[in-house]
Amino acid sequence: MQRGIRFNRFPRRWLSGTTLLWAAAGLVLAGLLLPLAYLVLRAVETSSGGWSALLRARTLATLGRTLLLSGSVTAVSAVIAVPLAWLTTRTDLPLRRWWAVLTPLPLVIPSYVGAYLMASALGPRGLVQQALEGPLGITRLPDLHGFLGATIILALLTYPYLLLSARAALLKLDPALEEASRSLGHTPWQTFWRVTLPHLRPALGAGSLLVALYALRDFGAVSIMRYDTFTRVIYVQYRSFDRSQAALQALVLVVITLVLVALETRLQGHARYVSAGPGAQRQPPRLALGIWRWPALAFCAGVVVFSLVLPATVLLYWLVRGLAAGEALPALGMATWNSLLASSLGALVTVVAAMPLAILAVRRPGRRTRLLERLTYTLFALPGIVVALALVFFGANYIPLLYQTLPLLVAAYVLLFLPQAAGAVRTALLQIQPQHEEAARSLGRRPWQVMLTITLPLMRPGVVAGASLVFLTVMKELPATLILAPVGFRTLATGVWSAVSEAFFAQAAAPALMIVLLSSLPMALIILHEQKASA
Amino acid sequence: MKPNPVMRLLAAALGLSLAACSPAATSAPQTPVPTAEGSAGGTGNLVVYSGRSESLVAPIIAQFADVTGIDVDVRYGSTPEIAATLLEEGANSPADVFFAQDPGGLGAVAQAGLLAPLPGDVLGAVDARFRSPEGLWVGISGRARVVVYNTETLSPQDLPDDIAAFTDPAWKGRIGWAPTNGSLQAMLTAMRVAWGEDEARAWLEGILANEPIAYENNTAIVAAVGAGEVEVGFVNHYYLYRFLAEEGEDFPARNYFLPGGGPGSLVMAAGAGRLANGKNSTNALKFIEFMLSPVAQQYFSAQTYEYPLVPGVVTQPGLVPLADLNAFDIDMAALADLAGTTALMSEVGVLP
Repeated sequence: MQRGIRFNRFPRRWLSGTTLLWAAAGLVLAGLLLPLAYLVLRAVETSSGGWSALLRARTLATLGRTLLLSGSVTAVSAVIAVPLAWLTTRTDLPLRRWWAVLTPLPLVIPSYVGAYLMASALGPRGLVQQALEGPLGITRLPDLHGFLGATIILALLTYPYLLLSARAALLKLDPALEEASRSLGHTPWQTFWRVTLPHLRPALGAGSLLVALYALRDFGAVSIMRYDTFTRVIYVQYRSFDRSQAALQALVLVVITLVLVALETRLQGHARYVSAGPGAQRQPPRLALGIWRWPALAFCAGVVVFSLVLPATVLLYWLVRGLAAGEALPALGMATWNSLLASSLGALVTVVAAMPLAILAVRRPGRRTRLLERLTYTLFALPGIVVALALVFFGANYIPLLYQTLPLLVAAYVLLFLPQAAGAVRTALLQIQPQHEEAARSLGRRPWQVMLTITLPLMRPGVVAGASLVFLTVMKELPATLILAPVGFRTLATGVWSAVSEAFFAQAAAPALMIVLLSSLPMALIILHEQKASA
Repeated sequence: MKPNPVMRLLAAALGLSLAACSPAATSAPQTPVPTAEGSAGGTGNLVVYSGRSESLVAPIIAQFADVTGIDVDVRYGSTPEIAATLLEEGANSPADVFFAQDPGGLGAVAQAGLLAPLPGDVLGAVDARFRSPEGLWVGISGRARVVVYNTETLSPQDLPDDIAAFTDPAWKGRIGWAPTNGSLQAMLTAMRVAWGEDEARAWLEGILANEPIAYENNTAIVAAVGAGEVEVGFVNHYYLYRFLAEEGEDFPARNYFLPGGGPGSLVMAAGAGRLANGKNSTNALKFIEFMLSPVAQQYFSAQTYEYPLVPGVVTQPGLVPLADLNAFDIDMAALADLAGTTALMSEVGVLP
């Protein structure tokens, strides 16, 4: 248990604040429990055959494959994300800002589109092969499908989770620590391993968990890469209209999630990440890469080419080919507006919902808050369709007035993406010294004033990172948007889906490119602002 | 659905938190208030749940709205997801019509007692095998199972008469298919009906022994056949025409309708049903009647390259008319046991 000074010295005033926090957290928790209640309700209807089907060797093998994929995607993502975060915040890498803006962008590519694009580009006889056949006479590229293909594609689409949280943590890390290490004779390499990396543990833990759980719930990439995971099993059940069996299997995913979350909490331990001294958030001296700048540059370029340039090129190719064939492009105005609206509301409400959970977890550490924190992840590994159908059931039958309205859709986004915001907000809060808040309190500020004038401004990078994560993922969200949006509410993502599923590639390319474009603008602003603030 | 106190409490909590954030949300101009009142003056409105893709049916639905003056709202999704949504909504569904890609989705919703019977003249517009025996839904357009083949390596003479022949080891490594696709599963259901459980299983095992490449959907199969990744693929007939439209006539793949008349020569129906608890049942009926009218049937033939199901409507040039196909003779309703088919596929190891 942490022994630092705590707020207990103001018991009476804080009582009300804490109660309010718990009330808010309880409300969010109730929302999170709804889909679980629904799953239990449906799973109970399962015949006894359903239970034995669950324990079949095949199902267990699928489970093993799923966990293997989740682990490998996390590892590959870390190998991509940690160097990128360090290079773009701590070195004199050429074109640093460009890389900082470009590298998180693959997150906005929906995995079913990303996988489709990479498969069409890199398939045995895909676009890359066709380009190589003329000059080099290559008639077939090695087949990427299966475990390898699924790992590569999911890692390329999910490493931004780790990258964004690692960047936010690096920017907040007091450079004095690294300077002290250097002055004690450590090389930059030793400093990175012994000082920087250990301090990134909370951020890397939160980011890795998101990547691991995303890999568990992904449907698009694994189906296109033909790798059978648990999510595919659930979809097969839904497609044959067996909701009970699907619910039972979804509950298995929930259990796996809770185990992974507990594992992450254990690895995290009870370490403290605030520095005792005054510390300062300022620009650390940038390490001169020297001759190493060229491999570093090649690494950044390689990641961006495969995760962003390649898919974008295929989209542009489809668009141009369609235009050349005289196809009319879809009007995107309304879909663009709807996408922006849904994503902004989703990001805003999710961050607000994450606040009380994160504050309780960090400032009131204890068994109850730890449990609360773990529970935020319960739904994150569930395929979107499961959460969406749960809200259909409750919405249509218990709150018909709100059913198929924007507020219920936003609620679905909150339930689906809460952990993305909660992890980022919590990490930001962990790095703020409670003394700042205590000083303000002792000077007579009320708790909410402290919150507004001290805590929130200090948390800003983390909060912005969390909000932008949610914004980007809502932008591409599909199952909940299709089912729960107000009738007639089309977004860019539904436009892409509708066209791709029926092989109208040019019609799909325009909204897909619009998603990438729209997401890069806020991303550029955030990154540039972040760098200016820390300069 | 029986209200349950715990559920009610949880739902109330969610409702409360939603109400708390709705001021921000409802200020947005794009939030249509759900119109539950139905036809109050004018020609009223209609809510369609479409398991058929927007890019395929939006133009003809717009035409329906223009002609009738009815205010039509459409929710698009995939047929299984829309069906699952209807099942969860139960009696409280806002939908008036379910427009589905395949009989499986309609069957599941009909079985839950959510569809209202259609009048005899509507049902009578199509052949008996393309409608529900209980009169709960009616087929709108036909989609044929075909073998798509690469024209650079194969010609029609190289292809067998019957789907059964593809278990021959000569086809090893040359086949593409989509085990998770609803239409393929419908064909397998037809095999179980026609050949019996054992022979259907033997066919699956035979195909599996030929190491087919599994794709996510029909589109991916047609693309792969065109690119020469595989030589033949089991697909629905209309996907090819979109590739021909986008990539030109020299796209090296063509369709082959199996002439044997077995389950491989299946013609399936996409259809529509009317929700029993819909608030605009008159308009729902108008919608279904319109989709069976010559205008709409002509649209499906010309724009989506499907088969018109109403006799007398001209089939797209280049497609052999439905009447001239030696199609497998089966009631669509016999294809309802999708769960049995997916169970068999899981046992054999085709599905996870």
